[in-house]
Amino acid sequence: MTSQQLLSVIEPDGSTNGHESGLSKDELLHCYRTMLMVRAFDDTCMKLQRSGRIGFSIPNKGVEACQVGAASALRKTDWIFPSYRDFGMALYHGITPLEMMHNMFGNAKDGARGRQMPVHFSFVKPIHFVSISSPIGTHIPQAVGTAYAMKLRNEDNAVLTSFGDGGTSSLGFHSGMNFAAVWKAPCVFLCQNNGWAISCPSSEQTASESYAIKAKAYGMPGVLVDGNDLLAMRKAMLDALERARRGDGPTLIEAVTYRMGGHSTSDDPTRYVPKHEVEEWAKRDPVARFERHLASKKLWTKELGEKWYGEAMDLIAAAAREAEATPPPPLESIFSDVYATVPQHIRRQGEAVFELARRKGDASAGDGKFPL
Amino acid sequence: MATLTLVQAVNDALKTAMRTDQSVVVFGEDVGPKGGVFLATDGLTKEFGKTRCFDTPLSEDGIVGAGIGMALNGLKPVCEIQFQDFIFPAFDQIVSEAAKFRYRSGGQYTCPMVIRTPYGGGIRGGLYHSQSGEAYFCHTPGLKVVIPSTPHDAKGLLLASIDDPDPVLFLEPKALYRQLKGEVPEGKYTVPLSTLRTVREGKGVTVFCYGAMVPVCMKAAEQAAEKGIECLVVDLRTLLPLDEEGVLDAAKQTGRVVVVHEAPRFCGFGGEISALIAENAIEYMEAPIARVTGFDTPFPNTLEHHYMPDARRVLDAIEHVHNF
Repeated sequence: MTSQQLLSVIEPDGSTNGHESGLSKDELLHCYRTMLMVRAFDDTCMKLQRSGRIGFSIPNKGVEACQVGAASALRKTDWIFPSYRDFGMALYHGITPLEMMHNMFGNAKDGARGRQMPVHFSFVKPIHFVSISSPIGTHIPQAVGTAYAMKLRNEDNAVLTSFGDGGTSSLGFHSGMNFAAVWKAPCVFLCQNNGWAISCPSSEQTASESYAIKAKAYGMPGVLVDGNDLLAMRKAMLDALERARRGDGPTLIEAVTYRMGGHSTSDDPTRYVPKHEVEEWAKRDPVARFERHLASKKLWTKELGEKWYGEAMDLIAAAAREAEATPPPPLESIFSDVYATVPQHIRRQGEAVFELARRKGDASAGDGKFPL
Repeated sequence: MATLTLVQAVNDALKTAMRTDQSVVVFGEDVGPKGGVFLATDGLTKEFGKTRCFDTPLSEDGIVGAGIGMALNGLKPVCEIQFQDFIFPAFDQIVSEAAKFRYRSGGQYTCPMVIRTPYGGGIRGGLYHSQSGEAYFCHTPGLKVVIPSTPHDAKGLLLASIDDPDPVLFLEPKALYRQLKGEVPEGKYTVPLSTLRTVREGKGVTVFCYGAMVPVCMKAAEQAAEKGIECLVVDLRTLLPLDEEGVLDAAKQTGRVVVVHEAPRFCGFGGEISALIAENAIEYMEAPIARVTGFDTPFPNTLEHHYMPDARRVLDAIEHVHNF
């Protein structure tokens, strides 16, 4: 069941090797546009961070096909437990750049109400894109629990959980994989093997011949996929989801891809990434590869790509302007949402902050009365 | 009204919740056909089937992590950690995840779940079947920490915890599982969280305690009464969020306070009670606050009866603050 053969669909010339994606023209173009949006979002956030307007971002360059190909196989009633490098999954399903930008600025309209670092998105509509935390792998067993709830209620839904090669070393990967296989939970595990866990190369992460092969010991299929091939990613996901919806349990997909940028805006990858490696992978750029496929279907020209990238940059620049102009969350948001109702001791602390503001002056405390 | 042990009351609460709410599921290590190592889940798989009460692989991280995912998606998980000593692989899930989902998602995602686990000494369990780890968890905003001391409260507090919209760590004093019986109403009732219980009225010394220390403190209070010292004994029941007003009120009634717990003293819950009183009611105090606790050592096996506070040590502290 575990295939060590790399699944790929799009040939170097853009044709497909006999596999039909089943995507309409509009759907193919939506995939493409989403990848451009991810790239434009990245480029914008890098500039925003370098100019000190946001504190942090995570580059997605190189892994766009993994994100969009996988997301394209999901229904809106499925759930995503994402990693922090999955912007394309959110964008594909219609979460707007503006909503994401509110999070990057941590403002009053941010779903997380400015409580988290940038990139730690949380969305419930139009798809469940579950609130991201920073510890690695904790979301993996959670995804299995959500899938178990779907199974218990006899729903036809499934869960995608996504993590990097580093995530496979975490406690959560082991417990999540094991629980899912034992419970036959409708869950797909997507390991985006992008070669690096911050500065730790895959060769120092595992002694396994692949990540996909780890599935065998858990008793589930493991599939090795060319992660820079959007249609191969989609096919692997569709197969895994069909199996999950049928009640046959989980699948591990290893997407072989490459992180073309740093781990984050705080990271300088030139300190540890061999230059030749980046040059080699640049030739396998997932966006260019999909462009060749679209061109083979006469759906793409260089001008179209430039036009759409320009439109994406304009849209995201407008989103950044709006998010930057949106005020920060109100002071009382420190104290709300800890519990469903504010307990005595937290209320007292909130009141003290506002009382001090009244005595010593602090405009952000409004009229000086704790409003909760 | 039935007369039940504390562990039977836990079992009764689980059955009551599962009968009234289809979304309640119970799982953990050996909780299925065996009914749990202390029989807290006895008969649940038989009555509700193995999709609603089931064994899990041996992984506390997996148990709590999967429970969180169930709670996010509409179930009411009540998971069991076999001994509180084994909870630490799940510490990340409890502290970084369950307790923070509401906050970090602006209320979009919440974790209404209960993690039940037996804690404390008295069964010759040594280092790893005896610990009282409540302080680790009371330092976690977003989590509730509940500890019953009677069969009546065990059922009512557990049902209130299952109803609660936030994650609850429900610590069960295993020493009391079968030590005492009490009357337990049939069917559903709840004991509100964050409300303490006055176990005994008295004007001499206030004794704060919880869980397995409640009967110990009551015994000490009876011995004190023979010496003319009437103790006000308070069972805190919920440590987080604490009934702070209730604590301050009880402290002010006597101006003399003893705090008792099994857990080590340093950074223990007694420190929090002491600080609360010192900050808000120091002018009522007639004597320094005394703490009677486990030692700042790991939990010993053979000599556990010396480690755990007993009536002798509690009485000594009561006399000390009374005679100050």
